[in-house]
Amino acid sequence: MAVKRQPLLRKVLLHAGLVPFLLFALFPFYHMTLTSLKTDSEMYDLAAVPLLIREGPTLQHYAYLLWETAFITWTKNSLMVTAIATSVSVVIGTIAAYALARLKFVGVGAFGTGIFVTYLVPTSLLFLPLAQVVHWLGLADSKWALVVTYPTFLVPFCTWLLMGYFRTVPKEVEECAMVDGATRLQALWRIVLPMAIPGLVCAVLFAFTLSWNEFIYALTFTSSSEEITASVGVTSELIRGDIYFWGALMAGAILGSVPIVILYVFFLDYYVSGLTAGAVK
Amino acid sequence: MAIGNVRVEPAAARTGLRVRELLDHERFLGPAFVTPALLLLVLLVAYPFGMAVWFALTNSFIGRPGEFIGLQNFITLWSSDSFRQTFQNAFVFTSIAVVFKVVLGIALALLLNEQLWFKRMIRGAVLLPWVIPTALSTLGWWWMFNSLYSVVNWTGIAMGIMDPPGPNWLGQRYYAMAAVIVVNVWRGLPFFAITILAGLVSIPKELYEASEADGAGPTARFWHITLPLLKPVLAVVVLFSTIFTFSDFNIVYVLTQGGPINSTHLFATLSRQVGLESGQIGQGAAISLYLFPVLAMVVWVQLKFVRKHQY
Repeated sequence: MAVKRQPLLRKVLLHAGLVPFLLFALFPFYHMTLTSLKTDSEMYDLAAVPLLIREGPTLQHYAYLLWETAFITWTKNSLMVTAIATSVSVVIGTIAAYALARLKFVGVGAFGTGIFVTYLVPTSLLFLPLAQVVHWLGLADSKWALVVTYPTFLVPFCTWLLMGYFRTVPKEVEECAMVDGATRLQALWRIVLPMAIPGLVCAVLFAFTLSWNEFIYALTFTSSSEEITASVGVTSELIRGDIYFWGALMAGAILGSVPIVILYVFFLDYYVSGLTAGAVK
Repeated sequence: MAIGNVRVEPAAARTGLRVRELLDHERFLGPAFVTPALLLLVLLVAYPFGMAVWFALTNSFIGRPGEFIGLQNFITLWSSDSFRQTFQNAFVFTSIAVVFKVVLGIALALLLNEQLWFKRMIRGAVLLPWVIPTALSTLGWWWMFNSLYSVVNWTGIAMGIMDPPGPNWLGQRYYAMAAVIVVNVWRGLPFFAITILAGLVSIPKELYEASEADGAGPTARFWHITLPLLKPVLAVVVLFSTIFTFSDFNIVYVLTQGGPINSTHLFATLSRQVGLESGQIGQGAAISLYLFPVLAMVVWVQLKFVRKHQY
């Protein structure tokens, strides 16, 4: 095996093989960032090299986005919806997952299957009737409609993810606590939950990401500028007729991703482990 | 799984037993813990699903209750060009995108499974397209495929691969479909790569050492060890991805709005256009229900084969 005798060459070749994949993954972000920092005259100059900035970076598109549009409101809406939907869903998902992983009661098997099935139901299957439900609830064109509907995909997801984590906590630990006189709730609160903290962090991160990234419900259930989320605002409010504000669009796409990127940088390993634990959507 | 131990002590419900003690009994605590999730799923998933079926059987318009018309919507759809086109698109889009994601995902996972410099950073970069809001990153692709300022075409021309001015990506039907597939592969590849990587890591090293001792080359090892042992992981990934690719909305909505001339419409985008923009909510619901057979099939396969030993 000639290759084995040259581990360095092999390693270099491996990295060379990764280059196309990395370019594919990262180039769109590079290009978006670059475009958002270009002056309009350079952006629309057909003779210019699109891969570089020649006329100096400008923050004019960011300024336009922040001060001339309702971007800050959209971001606040996104944050509010995401924060409430995530907290509610993680709590509901945690107790449901604990029941599924640990408790014996009538119908536990059927409920587990039900959770699994709803976990697979795509949001694009239900948005039409849910729009009607939202209307009946008096939440049409309100961000609260999103707070109410996002748990429908977050709860099955969190339950599924946490069930796996709860199963890894040895039963004996909990039983010991209960033999020592703790009630089941105390054992859950003091023993099981602390041991499942990595799973809880994962659930919070994924629920946050899923609801921040959600698009079809937000697009369908909200429409006025005071109620929409960042994704909807950037994709629909920055296009007026046939005029596209490309610089501002790219700036909006970048800024709208910032909260997720921050979480991602700090919790990369959780994302990787959560993904392999069955995080799918 | 756990239906054996009911009705042991009906007296547990006796008055005077405090709620706290009651909650210590699994058969009370269990239902109490699943009630919130159950309520949510019944009211906001099962019930709307029932409504979707009902809408699909009526001629409802937005704001006007419809009358029952049986399967008329499903029949009418087949006489509509845009629906037949969408039906075809959905299968073309899903099959091509999933095949690319599987092949590239295995290749990328094999590379990531090696000893690498900056391993963590590379993984982070590879996973990035998957965590960024799809609607927003698709805006970037929209700009990259712009008819006048496309950086893809600029690069292609500069490298001599394309004749100027290059394809009008979003304005010609096959190119538009290709563009939508590229973005879907871009966004879904990380999920495949990272999940398959987890499958690779779990293959025992001894198997490779043994086969190497028997004189098997890298290709033989891949076909006879890696691929067969990856099968369960691949099955799960492909099934999940099939559902979510088939029901994709964001990419098509942002990139092409289903155009040009319906050539990239998927069930989700057409159902929105018919159900909300034209207000024919009955027909829109019928279109979105075409997602259901695929969902049902995937669920069935999962429950029957993949998770057979778990529940």
